[in-house]
This record gives sequence, C-alpha cells and structure tokens, in this order.
Amino acid sequence: MNTDQPIIQIHDLYYRYEKENVLEDINLSIPSGAFLAVVGPNGSGKSTLLKLILGLLKVQTGEIKVFGEDINRFKERHLIGFVSQKANSFNTGFPATVYEVVASGLTKKVGLFKFLTSGDKQKVFEAIESVGLTKFINRNIGDLSGGQQQRVFIARALVSDPRLLILDEPTVGVDAQHVQSFYEMLEQLNKDLGITLLLVTHDIGTISNKVTHVACLNKHLYFHGNSHEFEHFQEHGVSEFYGYDVNLLTHEHHHHHEGVKR
Amino acid sequence: MIEAIFEYEFLQNSFLTGAIIGIIAPLLGVFIVVRRLSLIADALSHVTLAGIAASLFIEKKFLLFSGLNPLYMGMIFSVFGSVLIEKLRSVYKDYQELAIPIILSGGIGLGVIFISLAEGFNTDLFGYLFGSVSAVSRMDLYVILAISIIVITLIVLLYKELFLLSFDEEHATASGIAVKRIHFIFIVMVALVIAASMRVVGILLVSSLMTLPVAASIRFAKGFKQTILFSVLFGETSVLGGLILSYYLDLAPGGTIVMIAVLILIATIVIKKIYSARPA
Repeated sequence: MNTDQPIIQIHDLYYRYEKENVLEDINLSIPSGAFLAVVGPNGSGKSTLLKLILGLLKVQTGEIKVFGEDINRFKERHLIGFVSQKANSFNTGFPATVYEVVASGLTKKVGLFKFLTSGDKQKVFEAIESVGLTKFINRNIGDLSGGQQQRVFIARALVSDPRLLILDEPTVGVDAQHVQSFYEMLEQLNKDLGITLLLVTHDIGTISNKVTHVACLNKHLYFHGNSHEFEHFQEHGVSEFYGYDVNLLTHEHHHHHEGVKR
Repeated sequence: MIEAIFEYEFLQNSFLTGAIIGIIAPLLGVFIVVRRLSLIADALSHVTLAGIAASLFIEKKFLLFSGLNPLYMGMIFSVFGSVLIEKLRSVYKDYQELAIPIILSGGIGLGVIFISLAEGFNTDLFGYLFGSVSAVSRMDLYVILAISIIVITLIVLLYKELFLLSFDEEHATASGIAVKRIHFIFIVMVALVIAASMRVVGILLVSSLMTLPVAASIRFAKGFKQTILFSVLFGETSVLGGLILSYYLDLAPGGTIVMIAVLILIATIVIKKIYSARPA
C-alpha cells in the first residue's frame, strides 16, 4: 500500500439531518502516520463526521475516500479501528472477560462460520499486552476501572491490525490521573506502531503537545493544519470560533472547566 | 422412578425432551438476558399459546385434522410473532419495547378467541399452560431434537457474531457485520425453542427457564463462555430435578422446574453475599 497516499480524503462534504446542515463544505486530508485531533463544541458535527468516515451514515453530498477508495466501495473495514464514546456507557454487568471482548474485535476479519486460529489468539494476547492489561486478561470487564475499560476497547480496535484508529472522546469517564498516561499510550501507538490516529476531543489542552495535526470543526472546518500552525491559530482565532474564552485550549495543566459554558 | 423411566415410553419422552430443553433454553437465554430482551420470550410464548389454541380449535371443528400436532401450529405462530416483533421494533424506533406488549396482548387476545370458539377449556390446554409429563409423544421428541441440533449448530457457527452483537451492536455494525440478518436468525431460534419447550414447562413458564438460570449464573461467572456453561448446568438441574419431583409428588412439572430454578437463583445470591462479605 502506498504510504504517501492520505489515509482519508474528504472533498466538499455536506451532511444534513432533516432540513438542517450539520456539516458544510468540509475538505480534510489526513496523511498517513498523523495524530489528528478534531476539536469542536458539542453539536459541532464531530460525531456525524466520524459516523460518515466509519460508514455508519451514508454520504449525501461530497466525497469521502478511505485508503484511496470511495467509502461506499471500501470493504476492508478492519483497517479502521474505532473506539466510541459509548464505550464508557456499555453494560458494565455484561459477563465477558477482557480476552473475550478483545477477541470480538476479530469477528469480521476472521469471517462468518469460521473460528479463531491460534495465530488469531496470539494477536489477541499481543493487543492486550500493548495496552498493558495482560494481568487482567481473565477478569470480567465490568470489574475494571474506567481507564482500564477504555484500554480494553483500544485493544479490541488494535487486534485487527488497523492502520487508522478513530477515537471519539475516549477520556470521558476516565479519572483525571489516568488521562495523561492514556494519551501517552496513544502517542506510543502512533510513534511505535505507525498507526494513524483520529481523535475527537474537547480536551485539546492535555494533548496539543502530543498531536501532529489539529482540525477545528463547528459545522464548517475552521482550521486544519499541523500543531505548530495551530498554536498560531489559537492565539488569534479560537475564542471567536468557540464563542467564549477558551482556557481549555491552552497548554496549562490546570483546566478551568468551571469557566466553560456548555 | 428410574425404573419407571425405562418402562414407560411417555416418561422417556418427557425426560429426554426435558434434558434437551434444559440445554437449549438457557443457552439462548444467555443472549436474551445480556441483550435485555427477556420480555421478548414472554411475548413469544403468548403468541405460541394462540397457535396452540388455534390448532386445538381446528382439530375440534374439522375432523379432517384430528391428528394435528399443536406443536406445529404453535411454532408457526411463534416464528410469525418474532417476525412481527422485529417489524414493530423498526416502526417504533424510539419505543422499541412497545413491540413486546403489542405482541403479548395480541397473542393472548387471539388465543382467548380460539379457546372460546372451541367452546371452552380443553383439558389438553391446561397441560400446555403449565407443562405436563404425560403429554410428550415420540414425534414431539424427534421434532424437538431436530430443533435443538439446528439451534446448537447455529449458535456454534455464529458464536462470534452473536457475542459481538450482544456486547456492542454499534461496533458490530461499524465493522460490517450483517447485524440485521444475524439478529433475525437469532429471534427465529428463540421462537422455535419457546414452542419446543412448552410441552414440558408450559407456556406461562417457558421464559423463566430462559432467564432464571442465566440470572443465577451471571452472579458469579467469569466471562461469557462460563456464563453459558453455568446457565446450562442450572437449567438442566432445574428441569431434571423438577421432572423427578413432580412425578413423585404429583405436581405440575412446569411449576416445579421453575421453583427449583428460583431456589438455585436464591442460593447463588446468598452464597455470593457470604463469599464477598468474607475478607479475602
């Protein structure tokens, strides 16, 4: 596969629910190996954009190409790993071990009516190892902390060897002390395994020194560039984009959540 | 008792049937419970009742059908009901649970009409409501055996997909699994197993055989496969224990089976309480 080719290319994308546009005129290209943060307030169309990229919603106007192929024709879904926001609100009473949950990430790749081979099982062990949960492999997922559960979902996404990993606000519900180490792990996946990351978040403060690219979305794409350009943009355009003073978007370690209107 | 089982064919039939149901009802029940669809089993059992009542009515009114096995009509109604539930769930996207009372009351309504058309309560019907040791024929046994082979084969072959669908439907959809088709196969299996179980356990108690063993198992099992294993173990214990007790004490087998399942459930809750109160 051509590594120079952007992982995702979006051209003139519009999307509407009922009569209202939630996305307008989106043009976005994600280069291979990038760590892109998509930032935007609630209701800015972030989740819609993700659902379109994941094929959960059909493209209405415009074009999305993943790995160079039109999204409607794209079949190799296992190349895209997904960790959803809902991962935090799954049924914690569900009786499944860490191993079982991670192995379920291979369901499509292994295929209908087929069973996991010993090679597949090895992959499951490796994925669990890579998120540092080997110790908990036979625990029920409901018995783990929020941060550990989130790692389980990352492992489930990693097990099918994705080249792109999409994370929708993965740190919601993860206690503050574990957020930093969580992002460090993401950085490792990006640098060591070369996995392209697309992270949707409110919380640009914690990660702006880790990501390589930033996109600011609020129906339109307000900014799209690498993180150095973003620092410049931040000084001039971000407050306007959010419509309020955004302490959240600085590099300070203390977040002033109480000052943020939602 | 043990000699009696070997001696009387009807006892053999109900014991073998019971043993099969003790496996497949909790097996499907695990998926039903974790997907929070427990009430669907109830709705389908009432539709099955309508099918049986219809069959008894036809048998009574048209001599031509005098040998008609109510099991078949029960199955047809149950499968039809399951398809209807799925249709209703897609009509009421925001109120998916509405499908259950609609189908449940529709099933009872239809059943009562057929019962009244057949001019009153048939003694057979009592057996279908609460289960019976004597009602199971050799033919029933073969039909139920065939259903159980199909169900177990499908569960083994579709285990990965069913697990993912149960745990995280969105992820299943995003990874490109034919979620709707798999779910449809699943719900039809549930319909068949409910119809198959009614002879022994009775319509009113079928759903409990699918949910109670799972409720007990889920208290302490580690992982999904273990949950299945213990559910089947508890289900089997309830059915066989219930059949033996009901034969000896001359009780309705359905009720006895369910009460054993309830006792197992209470025992697991109490044991778990004691165990987790004790310092490790």
